[in-house]
Amino acid sequence: MLQIPMWKRFLIWGLCVLGVAFATPNLFYDRVERHNDAVGLIETGTATPELEAEAALWPDFLPNALINLGLDLRGGAHLLAEVRVSDVYADRIDGLWPSVRDLLSDERSVVGNVRRMPSDAGELRVQVSNPDGMARALEVVRTLAQPMQTLTGVGARDLDVTQDGEDIVVTLSEAERTATDDRTMRQSLEIIRNRVDQAGTREPTIQRQGEDRILIQVPGIGSAAELKALIGTTARLTFHPVVSQTSDPDTAPGPRNIIVPSMEQAGLYYILEQTPVVSGDQLVDAQPAFDQNNRPAVSFRFNPAGGRAFGLYTAANIGSPFAIVLDNEVISAPTIQSHISGGSGIITGRFSVEETTQLAVLLRAGALPAEMDFLEERTIGPELGQDSIEAGKIAAIIAMLAVVVFMVLSYGVFGIIANIALMFNLALIFALLSLIGATLTLPGIAGIVLTIGMAVDATVLIFERIKEESLTAKGPARAIQLGYEKAMSAILDANITTFITAVILFAMGSGPVRGFAVTLGLGIITSVFTALFVTRLMVVLYYERARPKTLVI
Amino acid sequence: MRLKLVPSVTSVDFFRFWRVTFGASVVAMVLSIVVFFVMGLNFGIDFRGGTTIRTEAVQPVDIGAYRDAMTPLGLGDVAITEVFDPSFGPDRNVSMIRVQAQDGVESVTPETIDAVRLALTEIDPSLVFASVESVGPKVSGELVQSAVLAVVLALVAVLFYIWLRFEWQFSVGAVAALVHDIVLTVGVFSLFQIRFDLAIIAALLTIVGYSLNDTVVVFDRVRENLIKFKKRPLKEVLNLSINETLSRTMMTSVTTLVALIALFILGGDVIRGFVFAMIWGVLVGTYSSVYVASAVLLFIGAKRDWSKSDSDTGGTQFATDDK
Repeated sequence: MLQIPMWKRFLIWGLCVLGVAFATPNLFYDRVERHNDAVGLIETGTATPELEAEAALWPDFLPNALINLGLDLRGGAHLLAEVRVSDVYADRIDGLWPSVRDLLSDERSVVGNVRRMPSDAGELRVQVSNPDGMARALEVVRTLAQPMQTLTGVGARDLDVTQDGEDIVVTLSEAERTATDDRTMRQSLEIIRNRVDQAGTREPTIQRQGEDRILIQVPGIGSAAELKALIGTTARLTFHPVVSQTSDPDTAPGPRNIIVPSMEQAGLYYILEQTPVVSGDQLVDAQPAFDQNNRPAVSFRFNPAGGRAFGLYTAANIGSPFAIVLDNEVISAPTIQSHISGGSGIITGRFSVEETTQLAVLLRAGALPAEMDFLEERTIGPELGQDSIEAGKIAAIIAMLAVVVFMVLSYGVFGIIANIALMFNLALIFALLSLIGATLTLPGIAGIVLTIGMAVDATVLIFERIKEESLTAKGPARAIQLGYEKAMSAILDANITTFITAVILFAMGSGPVRGFAVTLGLGIITSVFTALFVTRLMVVLYYERARPKTLVI
Repeated sequence: MRLKLVPSVTSVDFFRFWRVTFGASVVAMVLSIVVFFVMGLNFGIDFRGGTTIRTEAVQPVDIGAYRDAMTPLGLGDVAITEVFDPSFGPDRNVSMIRVQAQDGVESVTPETIDAVRLALTEIDPSLVFASVESVGPKVSGELVQSAVLAVVLALVAVLFYIWLRFEWQFSVGAVAALVHDIVLTVGVFSLFQIRFDLAIIAALLTIVGYSLNDTVVVFDRVRENLIKFKKRPLKEVLNLSINETLSRTMMTSVTTLVALIALFILGGDVIRGFVFAMIWGVLVGTYSSVYVASAVLLFIGAKRDWSKSDSDTGGTQFATDDK
């Protein structure tokens, strides 16, 4: 009949208590958050009395997981960036030209003269003057292709070398492109994470989305523009030998040279050797500093390899100018005064103190492998978020009160049971949201309010069924049992179908749709649990105590 | 004193005028489609790209002045609307400015935002930008696609689940009800030109969930009663099932509506459109589980013999509605 074994009773109550325990920190959101921040800082080794005081705001033995508030509730910036992964192909292929030239010139007797032809980006076209040597030329160039370690492509190589008319065409193979894309994305993610962390904001979300996109959400930052300035810069630093200066941007720079504008002086252009002496990849540190005239500057240090290259070059070229190039602009082109050994130096330019600080951050974090396009950006002011939270809270409380009153009026004692179950249901939703670190958004709050309304549905189904059964069944115990049994299939079917839509929403949706799907899905799970187990346990407890002859429902 | 929304035992003949109500539903759907094609939807930037700026100011919003200030910037199509909300005091004046997607750029440049900010603060120094959101045309196209795909996939999944748990006739009824609810909701959004953005898609799918919930509860009872009363005409069984679940339907709909109405009034203007969609969805969802889902079932008939397998009876037996 209405027997529930003791272990089951403990399990059900245990889950409810856990739900309440893990939901509680959210009632003291501000305190817990300050506690968590302080604890985080203390763990990194900075302990001050103020931090200890902050940490003491919340006892350590209590759960301290909080619901992550979405940007629409907390304010902050959201960016969706697309990484131009194919930029990297062009660099890789361009870098191949010297080796191809050297290989083919060793075979000059067979292939004749070698010439690089104009081509699309990401493709290297080479012409040999003796068409009879074509087969040999292809064979030689093919030796450049390296076998790849991939899961699928057994025997795949990283380069495709084909013949197109009189040209040899070298491109990255399909497998290599996929591998390169993946590497580019991972590098970009890492560098963006570094840069955002350097800016010292709280819990940023930096995620890869799809093939070539990165989603960046930073709570508490003033605007998306600020965030964009921080992560939108490639920050590629290189040091080049200067060939000459010009005021005409259309001057032909000559082979293996590039023409780059000056940052300091409009209308001034430098012709530089294309191959840098040292690049920013070899930096190990960069700090904001001041030069001997007390102007803001950035000091840097190279790794041993970079330092040696830098030292050798400066020793050999005393008296000639040397260009420091950042993202295709010459920051400055000082004349080398003496041999710079030890691998450290200083970059001066027309910087403000803020600019040097930012440049140092960017250089430390490293250069992005490819440029990014921003597809979507959103800034939400903190006040707007606060307003939304307040509005949502009030609405949720009113909705709760209305439902509570309504249920008691309709079902009496059973209504009270339903209401207690509803409270546990809410606690469980908040506990789960906190534990899995889900983000609560405005539509998410609507989802919770809707859950309040719908959570009673399963309970109502059961109660109505008990009511019906008590008209025909023999005795209240039987009515209760039949009520639960017969309501079961309707509850399951109804909730499974809704759950399916929640899962599809989560899989397909983005942003607000996802946030909503999470609360809806969790709400369904917890409301089925509370309706089938918690109310049942309470109804049985009520029945065991009161032993009513007839059910008043 | 016990509150009763409906008497304990009811025997309303829901299908007395089922042809009329079903006809009305069909007419309403056709009208919705017509309205949709004539007036279109008021798509938010999620779906058509562009930038929206929410401004808040102490001084009252002067749309004409805002427009005059923004015209020289040459941003193309600019829509400025004032936002009214009962919870705003006299010193809180909110407007929404929507700027079309700019040619050749994926999202808005900081320079554009600064130019707008500068132009507007000249009129009203107290003005602040509470939020700035910008979606590039590439992404907005994808968002439309994935939203439509999500709705269609949800429908297919539901169709499949109900077919597994019930019979194909029930699936058709349930999905007809869902399509009905979605079409009517889109019609209402088009008619009142409420802003249609990603959050509304979330609402639309909740409507799907809610309406389904309701339909499945009724169908579950129909299935049970079909087994119990093998000889009764389908129409009577449907009527009985709906009557038996009526008090549950009312309780759930009313409590959900109470919660939603609280959110509608007190939840602030940011989610008002979203909550409106859900309120409307609860109303049509409740209606459609009886007058569309069950009516379709009545129309195409349902397999009556659940006790024996098909091979025993030599085929599927359908009930015909009593003409």
